[in-house]
Amino acid sequence: MAETGTSAARSDAWGVWGGNPPRNRGRQPGELETDQLTIAGEQLPSRLILGTGGATSHAALEAAIRASGTGLVTVALRRLDPGAPSLLDVVERCGVRVLPNTAGCYTATEAVRLAHLAREAFDTAWVKLEVIGDEETLLPDAVELVTAAERLVEDGFTVLPYTTDDPIIAQRLADAGCAAVMPLGAPIGSGLGIRNPHNIALIRQKVTVPVILDAGIGTASDAALAMELGCDGVLLASAVTRAEHPARMAEAMRLAVDAGRLAHAAGRIPRRLYATASSPTGGLPW
Amino acid sequence: MKVGIVGGGVIGLSVAWELLRRGGHEVTVYDADPARGAGLVAAGMLAPTAEANFGEEALQELMLESMRRWPGFAAELGAATGMPLGYRTDGTLLVALTDDDLTDVRRLVDYYRRAGTPIEPLGGRQLRELEPLLSPRVRGGARAGGDHQVDPRLLLAALRSLPVRHERRDVADLSTLRDDVIVVANGTGLAGSTGLPVRPVKGQLLRLRGPEPLLTHVVRGVAHGRHVYLVPRADGELVVGATEEERGADLTVTAGGVLDLLRPAADLLPGVAELALAETLAGLRPGTPDNAPVIGHLRDLVYVAGGHHRNGVLLAPVTAHVVADLVTKGSTDVDIAPFAAVRFT
Repeated sequence: MAETGTSAARSDAWGVWGGNPPRNRGRQPGELETDQLTIAGEQLPSRLILGTGGATSHAALEAAIRASGTGLVTVALRRLDPGAPSLLDVVERCGVRVLPNTAGCYTATEAVRLAHLAREAFDTAWVKLEVIGDEETLLPDAVELVTAAERLVEDGFTVLPYTTDDPIIAQRLADAGCAAVMPLGAPIGSGLGIRNPHNIALIRQKVTVPVILDAGIGTASDAALAMELGCDGVLLASAVTRAEHPARMAEAMRLAVDAGRLAHAAGRIPRRLYATASSPTGGLPW
Repeated sequence: MKVGIVGGGVIGLSVAWELLRRGGHEVTVYDADPARGAGLVAAGMLAPTAEANFGEEALQELMLESMRRWPGFAAELGAATGMPLGYRTDGTLLVALTDDDLTDVRRLVDYYRRAGTPIEPLGGRQLRELEPLLSPRVRGGARAGGDHQVDPRLLLAALRSLPVRHERRDVADLSTLRDDVIVVANGTGLAGSTGLPVRPVKGQLLRLRGPEPLLTHVVRGVAHGRHVYLVPRADGELVVGATEEERGADLTVTAGGVLDLLRPAADLLPGVAELALAETLAGLRPGTPDNAPVIGHLRDLVYVAGGHHRNGVLLAPVTAHVVADLVTKGSTDVDIAPFAAVRFT
């Protein structure tokens, strides 16, 4: 809970216990609404990006998309026919943008080819670039990824690469002209959270493009941590689509991303070894 | 009463059979090409335990209700036609290869137990006592004793032999039919004939064949995160299924689809590699947005029974019972409110 400052403020009806007036919950009015994620010059209505993989039904997916408040969802081109009425109808009905991804590609050549197909099919130059190294870990193949990113930037794409949490590779991708970098917290679908928060913070320091934490999120606190580390957004799928109650978890993620963003902006207290009393103890009568 | 049934698949013919059984109706089934239905590709698992997803409690309840009706449905249909249905009561095993896979299976087992479904967790050794040809690497799983199976091809053959009038044509416009009551049961065709949001969900499936069965139970397995089911038939056939793909009405069998099925199948049951790859096929399941069927009243003297997705064979008896109730007396004792067509309007 934030301290509100002067003793005058503390003596009013709210101040005795250090709380805030409810009408202004500690942030500037409209702060979350105006503090928007901008990628390649385009503003997104939410810092949460939702993947559609793993949804058990279209109805469950639609409820999750709506509860998440997201404005951008990823769709695997490999797994659907853009001409058939299906997943895309759900996405369209929710009024959100489609971010096609190249899931399932193992080489730069395949990924580049698929990205071009996606541009045709979805009429968007945005692509979430995935080039996977093996099927067991689904970890990115950094060499193929950088190669593909360079080619796609050259071909005029807005490239959002899914990458390892290696700050040097992230830097290379940003230097290549990617519109954002999307380091993993942990392997896709593992729900292990952010295994190396230090690297994520380093990436945030090193690159100037938006940093979207992608993969590994298991529950809301993981998403909040990503935002507290300074990430500009969070991309997640399984944590929501495979939860027992996807829509409930989607709302939790929305709140967590907002909470983490605010906490990041609020300036947290330093970590200390020993206690520091929060109530003043000086001047007591004994 | 003259009843016209649009669609001659498992659902349409089961409704016809139930009306025939109750007597007093003149039934006509309209279908230009009954062989295109999802039933001919289906594996025939009667598996209410292992089929429901989180949040699909109403569907789960309907599946359990239909399961209770299956033994009687099979016995009566078998007796009336004198034809075999391949009905078996050996139960289903849930089988996990790795620790991660076992985590997934345990989560499901917990869910079913909370819902009061009888399911018994088993270790790898116990599973291999029941099915000795399972891989020694299998970590564990569970047994769902209440699950049964039927051979959908035999089921369809029996249903088609019933004394019902068949007209080999499709009905594009329901208002052209002169029957007193119409039942629309044309699966993926529902979107065209009723406007309901039913879409084709592609499934690829393999039929392997060997001299003798490798399994006695139906096995629903997960190996390195890949899901597969293995359905043994008495004649040595092993059905391996099934992919779920959003590809419209595409019926292409792909190398990737076959690989996605064979890999986990061979991981869990190494003997699979010795079998003949007799058939590779693809079918279209009629899927709705919430995976549950549409059963009930559509408009005056028109009823609908479709969109059964993965569960048409399992849900056939309860669907037939409900529709026959509606046709003959206008109401039914089964709670079909969650499956009403109005939920999509």
